[in-house]
Amino acid sequence: MSVAEQPRVEAPPWTATLNEWTATVDHKKIGLLYICMSVVFLVVAGVEALLMRWQLIVPRNTFLSPQIFNQMFTMHGTTMVFFVGMPILIGIGNFVVPLQIGARDMAFPRLNALGFWVTLFGGLLVYFSFLTGSAPDFGWFAYAPLTERTFARGPAADFWSLGLIVSGIGTVTAAVNFVATILGMRAPGMRLWKIPFFSWTILWTSVQILLALPPLTAALFMVVFDRQLGAHFFDAQTGGSSFLWQHLFWFFGHPEVYILILPGFGMIAEVIPVFSRKVLFGYEFMAAATMAIVFISMGVWAHHMFCVGMSRTLDLYFAGASLLVSIPTGIKMFNWLATMYGGKLWLASPMLFACGFLSLFLIGGLTGIMLAAAPFDFQLSDSYFVVGHFHWVLIGGTLFATFAGLHYWYPKATGRMLSERIARWQFFLLFVGFIVTFGPMHIAGMLGMPRRIYTYDANRGWDIWNQLATVGGLIQAPSYLLFVYNIIVSLWKGRPAGDNPWDAWTLEWATTSPPPPYNFEEIPTVHSRRPLWDLRHPDDPDWQYE
Amino acid sequence: MHRSLLLALNDVSPQNLSIFDPVSPPAEAIHQLSMLVLAITGGIFLVVEGILIYSLVRFRSPHNPRNGEPPQVYGSQPIEIAWTAAPALIVFVLALVIVRTEWEVRGDPEKLQPELKESKPLRVTAIGHQWWWEYVYESFGDEKLDFLTANELHVPASNRQVPSERRPVYLTLKSADVNHSFWVPRLAGKTDLIPGRTNTMWFETGQTGVFVGQCAEYCGTQHANMLLRVSVDPPEQFEKWLDNERANALESDDAAIRKGKQVFLAQSCVNCHRVAGTSAHGKVGPDLTHLMGRATLAGGTLDNDRKGENLRRWIEDPQTIKPGCLMPAFGLSASDLDGVVRYLSSLE
Ligand code: HEC
Ligand code: HEM
Ligand SMILES: [Cu+2]
Ligand SMILES: [Cu+2]
Repeated sequence: MSVAEQPRVEAPPWTATLNEWTATVDHKKIGLLYICMSVVFLVVAGVEALLMRWQLIVPRNTFLSPQIFNQMFTMHGTTMVFFVGMPILIGIGNFVVPLQIGARDMAFPRLNALGFWVTLFGGLLVYFSFLTGSAPDFGWFAYAPLTERTFARGPAADFWSLGLIVSGIGTVTAAVNFVATILGMRAPGMRLWKIPFFSWTILWTSVQILLALPPLTAALFMVVFDRQLGAHFFDAQTGGSSFLWQHLFWFFGHPEVYILILPGFGMIAEVIPVFSRKVLFGYEFMAAATMAIVFISMGVWAHHMFCVGMSRTLDLYFAGASLLVSIPTGIKMFNWLATMYGGKLWLASPMLFACGFLSLFLIGGLTGIMLAAAPFDFQLSDSYFVVGHFHWVLIGGTLFATFAGLHYWYPKATGRMLSERIARWQFFLLFVGFIVTFGPMHIAGMLGMPRRIYTYDANRGWDIWNQLATVGGLIQAPSYLLFVYNIIVSLWKGRPAGDNPWDAWTLEWATTSPPPPYNFEEIPTVHSRRPLWDLRHPDDPDWQYE
Repeated sequence: MHRSLLLALNDVSPQNLSIFDPVSPPAEAIHQLSMLVLAITGGIFLVVEGILIYSLVRFRSPHNPRNGEPPQVYGSQPIEIAWTAAPALIVFVLALVIVRTEWEVRGDPEKLQPELKESKPLRVTAIGHQWWWEYVYESFGDEKLDFLTANELHVPASNRQVPSERRPVYLTLKSADVNHSFWVPRLAGKTDLIPGRTNTMWFETGQTGVFVGQCAEYCGTQHANMLLRVSVDPPEQFEKWLDNERANALESDDAAIRKGKQVFLAQSCVNCHRVAGTSAHGKVGPDLTHLMGRATLAGGTLDNDRKGENLRRWIEDPQTIKPGCLMPAFGLSASDLDGVVRYLSSLE
């Protein structure tokens, strides 16, 4: 036999790979695209954060000009919220939800692809503003009239509003798709109250997106009309109202923070039971608490506006409603702890991040109670205390939960295990660096330091807290790089994972890793929330107790 | 390094802006509330972290499927009800305390404390500008004042024990352009200045001295250098300050100063600045009538030193000192600059 006759096994040309990934409508690939995009933006926004921290390391530093500093915090905040936080959660949801509920894909696969690409292009559109000479510099909540032509002369504000309008379309399509998928495509036997907890939170996150995002889009259109068509919605000088923007924005902005945390709750509620080897304690109460959070949190937006001089009645209403949110949130906390209690805690990397979440998110919740106490907020609002608080919920909450989820499902997505050793380093650097960065910010805020200042005087007692914060940022930075390194290198070097490396119980672990394009050869029939538990313990199945 | 950096490092007399050192009723009421809230949240923190750490230590066990699974507990209704009720109770107590504090801080003090009728209140309108403060003194007791000044607010010290010697300060807050926020932590919480809206706040303190703070709502490029200084003066000193401040600018006999004045009035300065009693009527920048009565320049960015060095640097090129601020450099000749500085330095 001559050599030439041997069939040649060739890697597909790169154009084929490119085509496969850009034209895909497979929910798993789209999910991974979302996640990759978010990780890239996470690194970009992280660099922006470090530039800010370097500027603030000593008083009256001249490392960044005020113009650049202001662009940095605007782009950092905008990116983290719209192009890291939301898409990474939507991406994980995209990958996991159909597998978890036993579907072959999302309800509308093409719409799903559209959603991703539109989100990506929205992000690029916002970043294009750099090419016009300057990025937006009015903060992520863009208080009018700073966005009006008078104060934002260049095109940056237009790029910003259009970018968010475009990516907002992507977010809304994703939410519609989740609702349709979860309501309509569950495996036989999976009643609505038997869906795995992560899918439950994605359902309610989607409801919240549908309630909150359209008002933002409308408000952004009003900004564009003001700037391009000479409308005067937000211009007080010509009879508009800058105050209106605050209401419209926060009517979106507060639900947004729950959009960013609910899927995190969902991931924690998957990881803790599996790594405690116990069923989730009080599923029904957890599920009800999720709904309560969605509904209550639609009515608390003006707690971001306590200092605008509302009436006492409004102040008190918004303070009371905000405090109410802490009750269902507390219920969740207690149920997770009860799940761990009496279990066999397996401290693998997903569980490490979940425990990090529990210990840190608690603190974010407690500082939230302080901010909700309206008069206390008159002192704390817009100070560095707030910067400490929201990073505590966004990193200590959302990001730790996201890392827990990513470490948990990475073997399913790739068929390989992540390096546990690197994951541990990543965890400890992040945990320590995070506390050193954002703990001192609370103190600086209580010592009178406002947020969004590019410099400060030496004689105010703020130096030491700022120095610590910068050092903490430098400790955190390698942690993110280790994560990126780990997810790339483990693609080749990681131990093969097998179908179910964590001995977990939901349907995604019943298929191969990575799953085939059609997900399941045969759609399984389920009887409980933990189908794989039932399979393994036929003598004592879950559905007896649910 | 930048010159202003070196200057700033020389002047390190510590300033206290802590919300835990209140000297005026609104800040004191908030301080009390904050102590209670910190105690409650601190308690919850200890309990929950304690349970978490206990569980981690007690139930940690390396994974081995052959050892079997722990007992499965699906939930418990009584327990769920208990840990719904407990936080609800805490929230209820907190809400009651919040209502009380809200009333103390945001209530109309003249309605809540009838004895204030005998006091002599100072009423000032504060107007936020990109990146400086305008103060219009409206009235002091029954006396109408109606003059304006900038960047440093002088108020009388109050004797809170004797109703007739009380000197509460009522501020009306407005904005000329974008949102700002008035925050002097030791006097009161912050209140925003919003275009198209009128807000109010008040404070009253017996402690003399200078209280600092700064604009707390992001307002554009130089938000960081929009500092607040409130000087609480002993009553006699305050009245002296009032008398000086409401008079027109001093006319000097010194020939050099008169010449400087002519240079100043011939420049475009007059389009943006006002010097009462002259032809300078501008309203874009701070009033300069009694510039030398202030300890700082340009919204607290520079010390107003007696030799006029910083003033000179400022007029020469404001953009190197406060980049992006709304006063351009004019490229004045050295002799014109001397004249202007000499004139402005005479405005006590
Ligand atoms: C285009 C308007 C404009 C012109 C013209 C102008 N200024 Fe100003 N000036 C301002 C503004 C605005 C500020 C406040 C800057 C800040 O603090 O951000 C200011 C601040 C000042 C201050 C500091 C005031 C204080 O309360 O600390 C002085 C002194 C001053 N200008 C002097 C001058 C002189 C002298 C000239 C003429 C050579 C001049 N200005 C011309 C707009 C102007
Ligand atoms: C390396 C980690 C990070 C560091 C060092 C960091 C640091 C900072 C700093 C210094 C600011 C500006 C504060 C100010 O001047 O007001 C800021 C703002 C902000 N950050 Fe971060 N950050 C980090 C990660 C994150 C993450 C992961 C998120 C969200 C998921 C996030 C969300 C935000 C938001 C929303 C703002 C507000 C922006 C604004 O004021 O408009 N950050 N951060
Ligand atoms: Cu909120
Ligand atoms: Cu400001």
